[in-house]
Amino acid sequence: MLQQAFRFDPVELPQAAQALRKEVRAFLDENRDSLGNRRDYDQAFSKKMAEHGWVGMTWPKQYGGHERTAFERYVVIEEMLAAGAPVGFHWTADRQSGPNILRYGTDEQKAHFLPRIVRGELSFCIGMSEPDSGSDLAGTRTRAVKVDGGFRINGSKLWTSNAHRADYMILFCKMADAGQDEVDRHAGATQFLVDLKNSPGIEIRPVINLLGEHHFNQLFLTDLFVPDSRLFGDIGNGWRQVSSELAFERSGPDRFLVLFKLLTEMVRVAGTNPDRATAAALGRLVAQLATLRRMSLSIAGMLQEGLQPLNEAAVTKDLGTRYEQDLPVIARQLFPAEPDLAAVDTYVSMLARGIGNAPRLSIQGGTREILRGIIARGLGLR
Amino acid sequence: MRDETRMLLESMGRLFEDHCTKAVADAAEAGTFPTALWQAVSDSGVPLGGVIDSGVEWSDLYAVLRIAGRYGAPVPLAETILAGWLASSAGFSVDEQAMTVGPVRAGETLRLERDGNGWRLFGRASRLPWGRDAGRIALIATDPDGRSMVVFGDGVEGARLSTGESNMAGEPRDTYEFGGLGLSGNEVAPAAPGIDQAALYRRGALARAMMMAGAMERALDTAVNYAQERKQFGRPISKFQAVQQNLAVMAGQVAAAGAAADAGVEALSIDDPAKQEFLVAIAKTRVGDAATLASEIAHQVHGAIGFTKDYSLQLSTRRLWSWRDEFGGESEWAAKVGAYVCAGGADALWPTLTDS
Repeated sequence: MLQQAFRFDPVELPQAAQALRKEVRAFLDENRDSLGNRRDYDQAFSKKMAEHGWVGMTWPKQYGGHERTAFERYVVIEEMLAAGAPVGFHWTADRQSGPNILRYGTDEQKAHFLPRIVRGELSFCIGMSEPDSGSDLAGTRTRAVKVDGGFRINGSKLWTSNAHRADYMILFCKMADAGQDEVDRHAGATQFLVDLKNSPGIEIRPVINLLGEHHFNQLFLTDLFVPDSRLFGDIGNGWRQVSSELAFERSGPDRFLVLFKLLTEMVRVAGTNPDRATAAALGRLVAQLATLRRMSLSIAGMLQEGLQPLNEAAVTKDLGTRYEQDLPVIARQLFPAEPDLAAVDTYVSMLARGIGNAPRLSIQGGTREILRGIIARGLGLR
Repeated sequence: MRDETRMLLESMGRLFEDHCTKAVADAAEAGTFPTALWQAVSDSGVPLGGVIDSGVEWSDLYAVLRIAGRYGAPVPLAETILAGWLASSAGFSVDEQAMTVGPVRAGETLRLERDGNGWRLFGRASRLPWGRDAGRIALIATDPDGRSMVVFGDGVEGARLSTGESNMAGEPRDTYEFGGLGLSGNEVAPAAPGIDQAALYRRGALARAMMMAGAMERALDTAVNYAQERKQFGRPISKFQAVQQNLAVMAGQVAAAGAAADAGVEALSIDDPAKQEFLVAIAKTRVGDAATLASEIAHQVHGAIGFTKDYSLQLSTRRLWSWRDEFGGESEWAAKVGAYVCAGGADALWPTLTDS
């Protein structure tokens, strides 16, 4: 009998999750002034969310978490994204750094970091890419050497979003003595929890994106000392640890709700009674979005069961970015306008944001080509 | 998945695997109805699963249709299920004959006029699936008061215009013209509340969506296997990144189609017809769009061999090209999706997508 290539089991949101949705919408109503701005990083907003118990929602109570289900968390984050809430401060920690600390951290690390993340006090960023190592993490050049009481690290990280404002970075590098292993290209890969605010030996330089915004940075690590207590996971286990983050990183609604506001504005411009061709073009987009959401929820269900649906996450991210990149293309066909980020007309400014942000969507979090390579492996082709 | 469902799907998978050979498919296309296959399908009880109070879940019936689509089973299984549902909802008793159902096009309506104690039927029902092979036909028509009525009988044979029409997969599609066909009072009965032509159309569209989801799974499997066997430049073509990337795109479409079709089936439990139609429309639109891309890539991977009648890929792809336009194509259904969200207004878009 033929087998299905990938699993997307149907899931139904539990009543508790739908009840929570109302609560979140009420919260968003009260905080309307914070929404939809280009400012996406706002610790005060994250603290408010934390007060409602919406950061670290699924984590154990022992570490300050709230032991809610993956579905409840899903509802909170999709509501925040759809509303354009400034969730950047806690986003990375909540989505992947925290869950990975829970999985691989020492008891002391869990007790130290997790409650602070849950309270909206600590922000994290991801130290993976380098100037010569983007999609191919095995090519990382940053090296750690064991020294008395810790590690000495030298190298550089690039495309590190929010490094200029985050408190901690989970750094991916290799041990200097790992050498070149032709069989295991990831030999010696190791991660560290790096205190960005209080460590000598870190220089952070902005890399301004094409929209003139400062999200990216380049970090220069020069004889950076990291104490033994901030070794993250096991020496040599870095690749496995990073991989387990990726199902979290790639399957969430953040992979297809970046430009949701553009779709909303397209519906607004179409009016309540559009012609058939316009309705059909919008309908196709809505059909894609509804299906993506269902696939993403299905993955949330698998994460809830403790599974690691890496293939399904790759499928969902690839489809999600394709859909989002099509949004401005179709918007221009249906409702032509000169894109302008500063336009008063929301449709026109959102169109500009859509066009300007589209290229990054299929690069960040795993390029389209890498994702399709993963999918091909899942099909047994590699 | 319930154990009962799993067992049903496994046994139906084996049944189709055994019976749906290429020889059977070719013979069916040449005009020989696969009697042995239909008998086996009948014995499973699935064709009568649509009968009111049959005890079979619609989700299970649709899951079987997905497998039937996977194997390209050349029998009116979806139509018999729908005809049984329609007829029994109006109080008719049905037996295990193959049946068809109609109208299957949104723009066509059948009209009933009173004639003494009986009725006369007017209108045209185009391209009813397997009309010539159906022992019974269940039709939905409107009486002079605008009520939905079910016509169920075997006296419509003379109304068939022609035989020989078929879809791109060679499945029979027969057109009927009713110019005042006389029907006895026993052959016409009011449809149950909530059952009308639109409800039939939605269930038909979902049937094709599920069948397409299955056919795409088969096409993907065929393409992946072929890529691993076919060697060029000294290695299997599956080792070329360009081929891998294409198949990955196809796999994404197949996965999306399956998820979208499942969502459509779940929508049957929603009472509000407009909301149900919106969700079914999403399913048919998304699956149809996936079918286009999936069949294109499956053929590209196969090269010339996939374009031959001898090779089996066409059994899946010609069905995809047919089914995506039956019970309404993507543009028709997508327009319904768009009209629904636009009527609600921009600020209702997010609640519409999430409140269910």
